[in-house]
Amino acid sequence: MKIIRKAAAGTLESSDALIIVKPLNGNDIKIEISSIVKQQYQKKIECAVYQSLEALQINGIHIKVEDRGALDCTLAARIETAIERAAAAEE
Amino acid sequence: MRRRVMLYVPGNTPAMVQNATVFGSDSIIFDLEDSIPLEEKDAARILVKNALQSLEYPDTETVVRINSIQTEHFQKDLEMILPAGPHAIVLPKTESGADIRELESRILQILGEDSCEKANIEIIPLIESALGLINIVEIVNSSKNITAAQFGAEDFSENIGARRTKRGMEILFARSQVVAACASRMIQAIDTPFTDIDDEAGLREDAGFARNLGFDGKSVISPRHVDIVQQIFSPSADEVEFATRVIEAFKEAEKAGKGAISVDRMMIDAPIVKRAENILEKAGIGNPL
Repeated sequence: MKIIRKAAAGTLESSDALIIVKPLNGNDIKIEISSIVKQQYQKKIECAVYQSLEALQINGIHIKVEDRGALDCTLAARIETAIERAAAAEE
Repeated sequence: MRRRVMLYVPGNTPAMVQNATVFGSDSIIFDLEDSIPLEEKDAARILVKNALQSLEYPDTETVVRINSIQTEHFQKDLEMILPAGPHAIVLPKTESGADIRELESRILQILGEDSCEKANIEIIPLIESALGLINIVEIVNSSKNITAAQFGAEDFSENIGARRTKRGMEILFARSQVVAACASRMIQAIDTPFTDIDDEAGLREDAGFARNLGFDGKSVISPRHVDIVQQIFSPSADEVEFATRVIEAFKEAEKAGKGAISVDRMMIDAPIVKRAENILEKAGIGNPL
């Protein structure tokens, strides 16, 4: 899959995360994280984001995560949704 | 599987999806249909898929209400949700046996024969239209995987042009039909939710009436309704005590080769023994025979 447009998924409700993705030139991955538990969990959230991107085989993406205490499975779900909305299947 | 109360949870709300077991319902129905706006259908199915794969729901049945056969979301819901292993699927707007056969054929296609048998996914048709009600006997007999049928009064009333009231006379016929059809197949009949979230007295009356009509349980849309409905659809201590004595008397009579038995001067025959078995099962004591 290739990111071709800006897209978002999730909300700023408690236990959720708002994910905004947009295309980035080349194969770079840029991650911005804002979280109510950033101090304790920044690394963990970053790790979860990288895992999701790897599983979906995505690069060339700028991903912004606004976390409101989402579990890993919720974070992964929102990332997957945002990417599906932003992507086109590669030929 | 007891289904005294089945709690509907919007499939796109992480806080509800992850915490739903806290409320103590027998079943959680993750909803992908009416509570999810069109533009969020994709988000809801992915969230529910992830939750089923990653989270534990101990002592609780996990059920998914997918979108109806007539929608573009039906196939996408099944492809994503089935591999995540829900216990059961609610099929909304079920109107014929053909709808159930179509669902089963897609399940088989998606899971393959071996996985399908292992997964043993149960099917719960939701009857919410005049046509669905008229065809309910055909529907409940269309598959051995159907273990319950739900009644949906709001859509049903809209469909027949009835004015929906708390007293519920306009849905009495439909409720009774659902109960009778389910009883004929020995599957569970699940009543419609009570939609006034703040009216506890109204809920008790409505649930009590449904229980008296013969429903085995009720679906609810508010966590605040779980305890009340569960209590109403659970046998009372007196019922359990009497049922226990009936079963004990029956077992002793069988051992002694006696034909007629009585308990508290009531003649005990096969239907009474069967009712006693059902009561103990609903009380979570299992089948003592």
